[in-house]
Amino acid sequence: MKKNKTRNSRVWLSSPYILWIAGFTVIPMIMIFHYALTDKNGGFTFANIAAIFEPIHFKAMVFSVEIALGCTVICILLSYPLVMALRHLHMGKQGFTLFILIIPMWMNFILRVLAWQMILSKNGILNLLLTSLGFEPLSLANTSTAIMIGVVYDYLPYMVLPIFNAIADIDEDIIEAAKDLGANGLAVFCKIIFPLSVPGLLSGIVMVFVPSMTSFVVADILGGGKLQLIGNIIEQEFTKNSDWNLGSGLSVSLMIFVLISMAFTSKEDSKGRRESAIW
Amino acid sequence: MVEKLKNWLSRFYIGIIILFMYAPILVLIVLSFNRSRSRVVWGGFTLSWYQSLFSNAQIMDALWTTLVLAFLSAFAATVIGLMGALGIHAMRRKNYQVMMAFTDIPLLNADIVTGIALMLWFVRFLPLGFTSVVVAHITFNIPYVILSVMPRIQQMNVSLYEAARDLGANAVYGFFRIILPQLASGILSGFFMAFTMSMDDFVITYFTKGAGVNTLSTMIYAQIRRGIKPELYALSTIIFAFVFVILILVNYWPGASGKRGRGEQDY
Repeated sequence: MKKNKTRNSRVWLSSPYILWIAGFTVIPMIMIFHYALTDKNGGFTFANIAAIFEPIHFKAMVFSVEIALGCTVICILLSYPLVMALRHLHMGKQGFTLFILIIPMWMNFILRVLAWQMILSKNGILNLLLTSLGFEPLSLANTSTAIMIGVVYDYLPYMVLPIFNAIADIDEDIIEAAKDLGANGLAVFCKIIFPLSVPGLLSGIVMVFVPSMTSFVVADILGGGKLQLIGNIIEQEFTKNSDWNLGSGLSVSLMIFVLISMAFTSKEDSKGRRESAIW
Repeated sequence: MVEKLKNWLSRFYIGIIILFMYAPILVLIVLSFNRSRSRVVWGGFTLSWYQSLFSNAQIMDALWTTLVLAFLSAFAATVIGLMGALGIHAMRRKNYQVMMAFTDIPLLNADIVTGIALMLWFVRFLPLGFTSVVVAHITFNIPYVILSVMPRIQQMNVSLYEAARDLGANAVYGFFRIILPQLASGILSGFFMAFTMSMDDFVITYFTKGAGVNTLSTMIYAQIRRGIKPELYALSTIIFAFVFVILILVNYWPGASGKRGRGEQDY
């Protein structure tokens, strides 16, 4: 009886948060749908949402998906060896991931992207290094490869940390037991470590895929303004073309796409994420 | 032998990732000492950008805005998020899931969508300015707080609190003496996370700020075409070095690691 009472009174603590969600998550979503579904004169239309299929928008959307998929895959491929190496050297427990991944975030994000531009540009640091070692210089500036490097750099922490957190707590005894029973390193990884990391992996995918699709600043700086992500198009509708309805419509199409592509991860994810919080 | 090779490979790989993560930072630090204003020419070593930085009112103003914004939004998000997480945890399963789904919205949405949606709201009902940016930052910070506090709440021993209440502690006293200490590590990492996210945000600030309000990010963005003021490299280097040193002290100060709770390893 008493337990129920304290429980119910505890629920009230969340009322400021519920109000906050209503005010600043739900209403803004209604607003963006409202703009998306009306034309300049306020009449109802689907045209803004369907505009995603216009060639110029569709091209940007396809390019965004390519970048996001590539970025997610590369981040996964970079993360597992890193997490395993940290685990192998027992370095995770000393806040080492913090130094590798979070502290760089304290250097301003746009400056870091600009630094990549300087590294990758035609007369940049990378080419200087390559030519002094006798290699051919690369022409990476303003290519999709440069954008890819930028987004991988930017979002790698969001992949490593959840995977790391998911497997940091695996009991060493379990792995020892598997080894005693004859499992080799590969078998231990496939049968124990990878399955236990899946919740972290899924939240990593969500945290990397969506933002890398829309990071218009990275595309702006490293793509030289010619290669456009869907984020660039949306941004321009708001800042340059002042077509808020079209911008909202494209945002809504983007949201729908994200929801559909994330639907398959959400079920597993919502179970796993609670236990292995992102940070 | 195999073990040695494995150790070596692990170190080598971690080294490569560190190089990848810190290469651009190194470039920026070098630039902050570059006498030439150009980004590609090395004009000799100078500390003059560090001197002129503090007399540049515009930059100091943006720094102040960024810090106040990060502190206010992280603090408010921590209070609202902590209360929210405690409340949500006590909910029935179904309501719990609904609330956590709403918590995911700002995380799932692209920054640009969150920023635009808030802007559309603000231009109608709240003038764009510093307040609107604070509100926007609180909105995207709360989920980070909830996601770092929730696991701690799940591990929390509720009986301790109930025992304290039975022994005559009132709710407030019980909260500060029993609940808060158990959640401290989660709350701290949530706050730190929120502060970091707020400092690093560009997109949402860009869409929700009014004219005349500038954070370091929006200021830097505006300067991309004209060329970045070298003072900004100097300022970023100072901020970076400051945080780096603080975190080294916190993490490696003798005796500090013993006090840190389990699972706090990431912060």
